[in-house]
Amino acid sequence: MNFKRLGTIGAIAIAGTILLSSCAANEGTPAETDAPESTLSGTIDGSGASSQGSAQEAWVAAFQTANPDVTINYDPAGSGAGREAFIAGGVDFAGTDSALKQEEIDGGFAGCVADSGYLQVPVYISPIAVIFNVEGVTDLNLDAATIGGIFKGTITSWDDPAIAALNDGVTLPSAPITAVHRSDDSGTTKNFTDFLNKVAPEIWDAPAADAFPYTVGEAAQGTSGVVDAVTNGTNTIGYADASKAAKLGVVAVKVGDEFVKPSAEGAAAVVAESPAGATASATDLSISIDRLTTDPTHYPVVLVSYIVTCLEFTDAEAAPNVKAFLSYITSDEGQQEAATSAGSAPLSAELSAKVAAAIATIK
Amino acid sequence: MTTATASPRAKLRPADRIFSTATLVAGSLILLALAAVAIFLVAQSIPALVADPADLKGSPSSFWAYVLPLAFGSVWAAFLALLMALPISFGIALFISHYAPRRVAQGLGYIIDLLAAVPSVVFGLWGIKVLAPAVTPLYGWLVDNAGWFPLFAPPVSGTGRTILTVAIVLAVMIIPIITAVSREVFLQTPRLHEEAALALGATRWEMIQMAVIPFGRPGMISAAMLGLGRALGETMVVAMVLSPSPGLITFVLTGSQNSSTIAGNIALNFPEAHGVDVNALIATGLILFGITLVINSIARVVINRRKAFSGAN
Amino acid sequence: MTTTTEATGIVNSLTTGRLPKWSPWVILAGSWVIMIVVFAFMAAANGTEFNIAAALVLGTVLFDVAIFVLAYLVEGIRQAKDRLVTSLVATAFILALIPLISLLYTVVSNGLPRFDLSFFSSSMRNVVGEGGGALHAIVGTLEITGMAALISVPVGLLTAVYLVEYGRGALARAITFFVDVMTGIPSIVAGLFAFAFFDLVLHDPGIRFGFGGSVALSLLMIPVVVRSSEEMLKLVPNELREAAYALGVPKWLTILRIVIPTSIAGITTGVTLAIARVIGETAPLLIISGFTASMNYDLFDDRMMSLPVFVYTQYANPGSDVQPYLDRAWAGALTLIVIVMLLNLIARLVARIFSPKLGR
Repeated sequence: MNFKRLGTIGAIAIAGTILLSSCAANEGTPAETDAPESTLSGTIDGSGASSQGSAQEAWVAAFQTANPDVTINYDPAGSGAGREAFIAGGVDFAGTDSALKQEEIDGGFAGCVADSGYLQVPVYISPIAVIFNVEGVTDLNLDAATIGGIFKGTITSWDDPAIAALNDGVTLPSAPITAVHRSDDSGTTKNFTDFLNKVAPEIWDAPAADAFPYTVGEAAQGTSGVVDAVTNGTNTIGYADASKAAKLGVVAVKVGDEFVKPSAEGAAAVVAESPAGATASATDLSISIDRLTTDPTHYPVVLVSYIVTCLEFTDAEAAPNVKAFLSYITSDEGQQEAATSAGSAPLSAELSAKVAAAIATIK
Repeated sequence: MTTATASPRAKLRPADRIFSTATLVAGSLILLALAAVAIFLVAQSIPALVADPADLKGSPSSFWAYVLPLAFGSVWAAFLALLMALPISFGIALFISHYAPRRVAQGLGYIIDLLAAVPSVVFGLWGIKVLAPAVTPLYGWLVDNAGWFPLFAPPVSGTGRTILTVAIVLAVMIIPIITAVSREVFLQTPRLHEEAALALGATRWEMIQMAVIPFGRPGMISAAMLGLGRALGETMVVAMVLSPSPGLITFVLTGSQNSSTIAGNIALNFPEAHGVDVNALIATGLILFGITLVINSIARVVINRRKAFSGAN
Repeated sequence: MTTTTEATGIVNSLTTGRLPKWSPWVILAGSWVIMIVVFAFMAAANGTEFNIAAALVLGTVLFDVAIFVLAYLVEGIRQAKDRLVTSLVATAFILALIPLISLLYTVVSNGLPRFDLSFFSSSMRNVVGEGGGALHAIVGTLEITGMAALISVPVGLLTAVYLVEYGRGALARAITFFVDVMTGIPSIVAGLFAFAFFDLVLHDPGIRFGFGGSVALSLLMIPVVVRSSEEMLKLVPNELREAAYALGVPKWLTILRIVIPTSIAGITTGVTLAIARVIGETAPLLIISGFTASMNYDLFDDRMMSLPVFVYTQYANPGSDVQPYLDRAWAGALTLIVIVMLLNLIARLVARIFSPKLGR
């Protein structure tokens, strides 16, 4: 009896070993293609913003297919963790939702040749949608002051006059509003609150920050958490990457005199016409987004995610791989890839040219 | 064993010495590892403790003002979870060890062990997608009808992602742990004690009261402590399910604003933390360490009073 | 003389009335039926959905009350208490089954669509959107957890033996105490510690490798192993040890051949519990083992994926078409549960093969 059992265990173990020690079916030598053979090889590691995680997944997949000997790992650990790892020299590049701070730049980067500078380029532009799930309501128009009031807790019912005034002909239920914000620190919150603070400072008096500033409403972890909470709850409203809004209602935000729904074009347009950030230089293309725009072709609730890397690596082998990878990401082809698989807005032609010039300076 | 016959007196055999040394080394290794963790925690915490509290996240009046609501949340959630899990776990353990027919019992034990097999991420997913929507109407009913009771003070959460929901998920998570350990303990009750009790005319419950529970009490407390440790330290479920409000202390079970827990707070804030915020998060970890230490010491005192029942002393 | 029993007020349970054997079952079925009917009426009246779970729970509670009252009337208070506890114990079991069934149903029904061959034969390398698999994560989880068990079980078991058989005095007290403290290490702190430790030792600020994950998991696993096996070893009756010593068996052999086999069932339960406790850990592995979409068999070099991290990242960072990512997340969760179930089964077989026959 026992021997029989041991035999069974053994058989399972052997079968399992065979299964697991066999290589993954989708890896190994790729089929012969007509594409010119790539000379790149090696592994590069990146870490940072989870917002660009799904775009990175698409970029990595396409780049590895074209360059089968290269392995790229992008760890969506969070912007702060990514910057921290890059500053300590732990990764070859970092993805971040907020541009490097001056003190971080002054501190230097362990993975780069001393005083060689750094590269900071926008790679991922995504509109942030204000999503809602209210019975019987499919379209909703709101301005920054009303959105601020809802998320700050001063507007607590869906039939509040402030909301009704903006939505003629929509029957709003007399139900309490459940406003869902992010419980984790995030670039999405920072951009969202920056918009509210710039456009409606009299209501939203807290400065832009990664953490949600007020102790009201509900909180949920991550974009997926907010979307789940809004979807599963009743009479809820929240904010999330527009590409993740799924089947939820999306608020049209007042820009100038019109109400604008989030779109890739609107996001790209506002970024293209925004001024450069405080630390900007030829290799630092950080952007200070113009939230106060009144042009209705713009959608100012937008998130820009950067990649930060070295201009000159102490590990010389990483340089060609990083350079090739970044060139691909910011190329038209790469931006289109992200647009289809992650729902981002492609960089404008002008910005793309500046980015390409900056990347070309990597040694 | 042949060496034993060579000498009439018990002498320390080499194998004996090797074995006892190995156990000693293993024990010391644990102390060493823990010392290393403690040094790491303290060294990383000091910058947060001495930093200007204005630099900390949310600008609290002091580090303690930052950590107190979190510590409260951890203890409150774990307490609620334990409150629900303990009676159920001991009930199941007794059911398996003393009530269910032997053949059935093994199967049942296996089913409960299945719960222990479920990883915390899955509990988190289940909590968000199944449990929270399911309890939302119940919370609404509770707040409508029992809103005068401070624990159910209005307004009600619109998504059901409250501290009570988290406590339910935590309870479900720790039930298999407490059950498995206490079941094994109950099964080890000396057969003779049980038969003696029954022979004196005790009902099954009286037999359990007189023979099984006194014998198993240290084990039951150990089991509860294991469960509590898991509930206190659980990260992912709290982070995924709870709707936290930083810096808030509240007993309300059904509202939108809940006290966050230490472990959940670390998981939520660590990815975006930098500088002194990282130190502050690790310092809260140190506090959690301290809380577990205190609770466990209390449990040890209780167990030690009952040492007479241990078979090995 | 015959009147003394009545005078003391003790009711002879052998002579008083007893409920027939079938009565609990009939009462239980009756309570369920009553509550189902009540709930069905309520559902019909309010137009709400019929809630079978709530009906069964309330029905069981009704049963608890009914059997107590009935037994009290017919059999007296002692029997009534006994019946009440019996029914409460059964109620506890049913209560615990509800979340279990709900959870398993959710995982299985959501996980099955992608629980196919390609899920076990491919990694996520170069996969966007649909397709792909979790082979890299399965391999990673097995290696990392296996290594963690390899570290924790010997250390934990030996420590438990030390505490029960050898340890006296301050050191033993210190170990006992600090093992308890170790149960309170938040999993994420264990990951941070492992990261800081290997960063310091290997001078690599971006260190990510599977073995580091094993070390972090060991920190979480050891206290569970020590605590549960200590309890089990303590329960071995001293008579067995003394009998062995009396036969001239050396202490170490007594421990290896008498004490441990007697408690092997409990110890394996403890070990599988410990493995189950850590195999689903996400936070520490995110920090020290990292994230990759490619295969990696080497514990000591490069990032290594694990199933919990796989499930978490698939859920948290989906592409614009969310469904394939969610499907993979649930399928990963299902795989994780199946792995632990198999471990459980093996542990039980081991326990049965090695444990001596007990009275029960």
